[in-house]
Amino acid sequence: MKNVLNVNTTSVEGFRRKAEKALNKPAKYGLDLDVSVFQSPKPVNKPLKLLQGSRNLLEKVGVDLEEKKRSGTYYQLDEIVGKASSSQPGLKVLSLNKAFQEGVIKDYFHKLVPVDKDKYTAVAALKGKAGYVNIALQGERIKYPVQTCFFMSSPNSVQAPHNMIIAEENSEIHVITGCLVMPESVGLHAGVTEIYVKRRAKVTYTMIHSWNPETHVRPRTGALVEENGQLIIHYINLTPVSSLQTAPEIFLKGRNAKVHLSSVIVSKKKSNMDVGGTVFLEAEGTSAEIISRVITKDEAEVVTRGEIIAKSPKTKGHIECNGLMLSKNSKISTIPVLRSESDDVELTHEAAVGKLKEDEIFYLTSKGLTRKEAASVLVRGFMKVKVEGLPEILSKQIEWAINSAASGL
Amino acid sequence: MALLRVMDLSVEVDGKKVLKNVNLSIGVGERILLLGPNGSGKSSLIQTIIGNPKYKVVRGKIFFNNEDITALSPEKRVSKGISAAFQIPPKIKGVTFQELIKLVISKSGRGFEKLEEVINEMGVNHLLKRDLNVGFSGGEMKKAELFLLFVKKPKLALIDEPDSGVDVENISLIGKMLRKLLNLDGKRRKNSAIVVTHTGYIADYIEANRAYVMLKGTVKCYGNPEIILKNIRKKGFEECVKCEYYKC
Repeated sequence: MKNVLNVNTTSVEGFRRKAEKALNKPAKYGLDLDVSVFQSPKPVNKPLKLLQGSRNLLEKVGVDLEEKKRSGTYYQLDEIVGKASSSQPGLKVLSLNKAFQEGVIKDYFHKLVPVDKDKYTAVAALKGKAGYVNIALQGERIKYPVQTCFFMSSPNSVQAPHNMIIAEENSEIHVITGCLVMPESVGLHAGVTEIYVKRRAKVTYTMIHSWNPETHVRPRTGALVEENGQLIIHYINLTPVSSLQTAPEIFLKGRNAKVHLSSVIVSKKKSNMDVGGTVFLEAEGTSAEIISRVITKDEAEVVTRGEIIAKSPKTKGHIECNGLMLSKNSKISTIPVLRSESDDVELTHEAAVGKLKEDEIFYLTSKGLTRKEAASVLVRGFMKVKVEGLPEILSKQIEWAINSAASGL
Repeated sequence: MALLRVMDLSVEVDGKKVLKNVNLSIGVGERILLLGPNGSGKSSLIQTIIGNPKYKVVRGKIFFNNEDITALSPEKRVSKGISAAFQIPPKIKGVTFQELIKLVISKSGRGFEKLEEVINEMGVNHLLKRDLNVGFSGGEMKKAELFLLFVKKPKLALIDEPDSGVDVENISLIGKMLRKLLNLDGKRRKNSAIVVTHTGYIADYIEANRAYVMLKGTVKCYGNPEIILKNIRKKGFEECVKCEYYKC
């Protein structure tokens, strides 16, 4: 399969030139990487067999190979598209190339995430292949989530899909993207995702990552929400990673558009994570909520950022960042930014970082719980954040990860 | 036989002495009042008996059913039959009152038959789904703590200021519930309790066998609760403990 920039000749030269110029442009946040060391992956023998042999891993990121209670499925192994299918008439699940061929995305491609944003968008444009395009047609409520999965197996490689979610007017769609890597594989995942929420549409986008301590991850996400549209983004990461940096940019362009951005992160070993999000309130009545819950163990280091920029009157924004440190050698920073360019706005933030409180542990032990049980109850309480529309297997997975984080305290 | 015996107990918090040579004992089926002004050491004594690790025993011992429990963890003491209702319990976000009730029930290893009834009688229904003590009023906090004692049914209940910050109406409710908890109107044996109060409002309900008066970290005197309360109300704590008759 060819790189998209090789397949589509129209205006592609422009993208390529821009990308080449940006290959050395560092990202605003996160550890800077040398992207030249990551190669295009080698083709895998019997990809389907590999996928089926990884059923347990897949379930951990919300992928059901039987496709029960799923309206559509897309999976990609390294750079090979394994499947792109929809089981509901109002839903299109296409590979990026197919979507180009059908001419349905040329007005959207790289409109929200510039190709020269940084070296990772550049490497995605130049080395990346494939990606999904999920379209909910006008007025269509997609009953079950669309499951999408990115599987990295080839060592020292880069996986860089370009994904798009387009919810036409009055439609509703939930996309679950599960990304995972084979335990032994070193690599860079640098996907681009662009989300368009049209008038009165609702998109729920749940990203769940299961990396290994050798993976570097740089997703780039941009979203645009029109009048009365609603976007919910959940980011869940429960496994160690070498380095991760992500900060979706969300533009609320239409009146009363809403966004809710939540991150649930358990950071272990030597993981270095920088997770944020920026929301631009660009129309009257728009509102944003950015919530993060972070647990650190071992020597993990996490930065959570939230930024809300109010450019219009009658807008609201709230940032809530809570971090719980379960080891002496981990580090958490939380950086909320509120900026108002209008005098009729309500912007607030609250943040708390620290370890488990001894008086709370004692209180619970005085009610008969052991110290370990008390710590586990408190950790679960801390991580209690509502993740809307999550399949049961994922909720269980989160619960398991939280309980495992709470054990051995 | 003494159910609980506190012998010559001295306790420090962060290197500061909060209890000095405290002696106290309570028999099976007895209830005692612990009286004293703010800061006299009443709550410190309760915290030490239940095993708060912040309260370091530097001298003396605590016996429960003739067993030395001075070095036991709080949960071990609970499993032996001691439970406490705190004066100011912590507010815990993300853990609901109901979740804690369930945990306490599962740990005590026995069912709780009349849970619904007590929930209704105490009026704690509306608190069940709320985060523990978060936004609870003074009275609600006391009721929640007391309710957890009902779930535990301890041999010895340590009840710290059940009447402080509570309006008159709720004091009578809490008083009635205490009577029920301690089985004061039942035919079976009454339960034991140490009840801390610095106002004495709750004293009318619990039919105490003795009152202890604490001042500056030590027990100054003990005796008939009615007479001691009368004296305190008349003269205040400082004068009361000067009374020769009740000196220990």
